Amino acid sequence: MSAGTHGWLARFDGAQALLVAARELRALGYTRLEAYTPYAVEGLAEVLGPVRNRIPLLVLLGGLCGGFGTLFLQWYAAVVDYPINVGGRPDASWPAFIPAALEMTILFAAAFGVAGMLLANGLPRLNHPLFGLARFEAVSRDGFFLWLRADDARFDARQARADLERLAPLAIDEVGA
Amino acid sequence: MSQPLLAPRETDATITDAVSDLVLERPTGRLWLFAFALAFLLTALLGSGIVWLLARGVGIWGLNIPVAWAFAIANYVWWIAIGMAGTFISGGLYLARQGWRNALNRYAEAMTVFAVAVSGLFPILHLGRPWFFYWLAPYPDRMGVWPQWRSSLFWDFSAIVAYLLVSILYFYVGLIPDLATLRDRARTRGKQVFYGLLALGWRGEARHWQRYETLNLLLAAMAVPLVFSVHSMVALDFSEGLLPGWHSTLFPPFFVAGALFSGFAMALVLGIPLRWCYGLQGFITERHLDNLAKLMLAAGLFVDYSYAAELFTAFYSGDRYEVAHALQELGGAYAWVYWTIVGCNVVAIQALWSARVRRSHAALFVIALLVLAGMWLERFELIVASLYHGFLPSSFGLFYPTLWDLAFLAGSVGLFLLLFLLFVRLLPVLPMFELRKLRARLDGEGA
Repeated sequence: MSAGTHGWLARFDGAQALLVAARELRALGYTRLEAYTPYAVEGLAEVLGPVRNRIPLLVLLGGLCGGFGTLFLQWYAAVVDYPINVGGRPDASWPAFIPAALEMTILFAAAFGVAGMLLANGLPRLNHPLFGLARFEAVSRDGFFLWLRADDARFDARQARADLERLAPLAIDEVGA
Repeated sequence: MSQPLLAPRETDATITDAVSDLVLERPTGRLWLFAFALAFLLTALLGSGIVWLLARGVGIWGLNIPVAWAFAIANYVWWIAIGMAGTFISGGLYLARQGWRNALNRYAEAMTVFAVAVSGLFPILHLGRPWFFYWLAPYPDRMGVWPQWRSSLFWDFSAIVAYLLVSILYFYVGLIPDLATLRDRARTRGKQVFYGLLALGWRGEARHWQRYETLNLLLAAMAVPLVFSVHSMVALDFSEGLLPGWHSTLFPPFFVAGALFSGFAMALVLGIPLRWCYGLQGFITERHLDNLAKLMLAAGLFVDYSYAAELFTAFYSGDRYEVAHALQELGGAYAWVYWTIVGCNVVAIQALWSARVRRSHAALFVIALLVLAGMWLERFELIVASLYHGFLPSSFGLFYPTLWDLAFLAGSVGLFLLLFLLFVRLLPVLPMFELRKLRARLDGEGA
């Protein structure tokens, strides 16, 4: 195994086998585990360790920015910057300001959510060590993979490979530098 | 009906190969080329119409006072309405955990994006000086003026902008894992780079999936109220006016029901040839078409109820202008439009009560086309039959469409078709990762 290795990538036969393997390796004390699946497998992320999922918070924040921002813009334009008297109606006609604010709430919430999902997942990303492995192409078809990272404190190339092999994977590859 | 949503023999690999091969391996068929050529010609017609419009102004259409809104606004409302059902199929059925959504949501979302894009052209072209359309947006300009916030036209503008952008985001986010599949399965360098860039480096890591699923759920939860609000704003364009036939609180729910009605019809009109041409019978099953037909019938009944409520309210109000408008509708110059609408949107859809009709694809296709025609005519009737017959008898006046009016209508269909045909060739028409997840759920796999 070369010095600049990123660890081992093991392919498992289905979501169930992957979940079992991930639990075993966590029990052995590995913390830098990553699992790759062709669809969202429920409960897998929690097995791998604590998850920071702040998407709901970001969406809320975006919605508040869009909604209150639009209300403020309308209020500022209609009351401060350019008041127009239309049939004696109040300058700050709040009910009439709601529709645009509602639309912008949803637009900003969606935009914040999408940007947040991409940023939190480290996307967009042009290259990645795993893209160098031909076998990894199956991840978007029917491949279930577990990556034992070399930067794990417990990682020892030989021991890690032995630990993986005990879990009966379909194949093991070295993740090159 | 207990037909399965997926054949039991399907695996993750067969699902993925079947859908991605349509894009990567299947040669461009003769039928596709023929349809593309037709759509391209119609789009060219629209393009030349736009050039002529920019040179000569909106007078090339048959617009005049009193009927200053006609085909352009009818086209706009019709197209944006068609988009609504795409979002509803994708978002609403996702929230309701309807497994049958998964074979339909991708092409329904594509339909939404394209329909909204086409519809957005019409209010801009109708402005008179379309090159100043950005004056609608609030931005700090040297003129020192702002849009009129109290106007429903500004509400409508913000609704279209929000709807177009959110549906593009929703569509694209939903595509990312499938673009990664195309990247991984593409065999030529060009395709690998093209899909690789679009996939943004998606790898399917478990924690990525978790955030992704959260986002999808939230987007669905926001898209459904967005659909209802956007079409309500479109309705407010009318009901904020004082014209008899427009000035009604019934309009927002009536418009939303009509939008879903015509959108389900378009989903059928696109889905039936799609599954037939690309052999997708295993994914878009009889059960899917049956469910769509039932939804179309349900939405249609809402629309029919609104027709009845509209007439009832007019007579019940005792308002002489409202009553005069209702009588005009039933027996005036545009009565033939009204009765055609009744034929399409009230009578024709009653056949959908029969399971035999719902199982016949030809019948479904024809009924869906009738509904689309009926809904276009309804928008036309709503606009023209109200405008031509206002408060003052001396200002009554009929509307006569010009050839350019017809060209813009046909051209907009062509542009929509062109975009949809490109989508079918370049992107997966079914969401592969959702189908894989559905497969896992049907097989009883899980944590």
